[in-house]
Amino acid sequence: MVPLMVVLGAAVGAPARYLTDRLVQSRHTTGFPWGTFTVNVVGSFVLGVVTGAAASPWVTALVGTGFCGALTTYSTFGWETIHLSRPQAALNAVGSVAAGLGAAALGLAVGAHP
Amino acid sequence: MISGVLRGQGRPVAAAAAGGAVGALARWTVGLGLPAAPGTFPLGTFLINVVGCLAIGALVEVLTTRPSNPLLRPFLATGVLGGFTTFSTYAVDVAHLLLAGHPGTGLLYLAGTLLAALAATWAGRGAVRWFR
Repeated sequence: MVPLMVVLGAAVGAPARYLTDRLVQSRHTTGFPWGTFTVNVVGSFVLGVVTGAAASPWVTALVGTGFCGALTTYSTFGWETIHLSRPQAALNAVGSVAAGLGAAALGLAVGAHP
Repeated sequence: MISGVLRGQGRPVAAAAAGGAVGALARWTVGLGLPAAPGTFPLGTFLINVVGCLAIGALVEVLTTRPSNPLLRPFLATGVLGGFTTFSTYAVDVAHLLLAGHPGTGLLYLAGTLLAALAATWAGRGAVRWFR
């Protein structure tokens, strides 16, 4: 059942990333990849909560491995970063990692002490 | 405004969902083969993210420079590679390593993934440009 949970979670997470990116990118004109930034930070927080709460294997597979894993992306983050100007690429790289790490740590704390 | 963004997106959304399921299942399978023991360098997720970045650099360069089915990018790039690679597991694993008293491994993983993934994306794009 675990691989089925992974598939179901990812089948929601990946299109949620696609639609969130379209929505966020339609609301500003800066060219900065705020859409991917948003899903990566939100997904890191949710996975932190699931991990911190030591959820059951099914919930971890569905929400963690499936949904959060597919909602967030390293490949699009990498592709967008190398296509930015050098200062913006540095800002996106450092900003995404710092915000994602902060969100993950916050999620772990929230999950462990709800 | 939201409805305008969503209009006509049924096919790419379905393509992203199908591709995401394939990519995530592949990531889960790699995790079975290379499980990360607590306090150690998460080699499986590191390799997944670096390989996924190498692939997207090459793939998007191919898709944007020759005519192709418009659903290929949402299926392969947004779906398969987006579902295969993961930022959330990376962030939570770094946080775990730093909070659990493994700052050296945590910082090595944090910086190592970032640098290797960006270099791999650049190399994937460069390889396609080189051989074209």
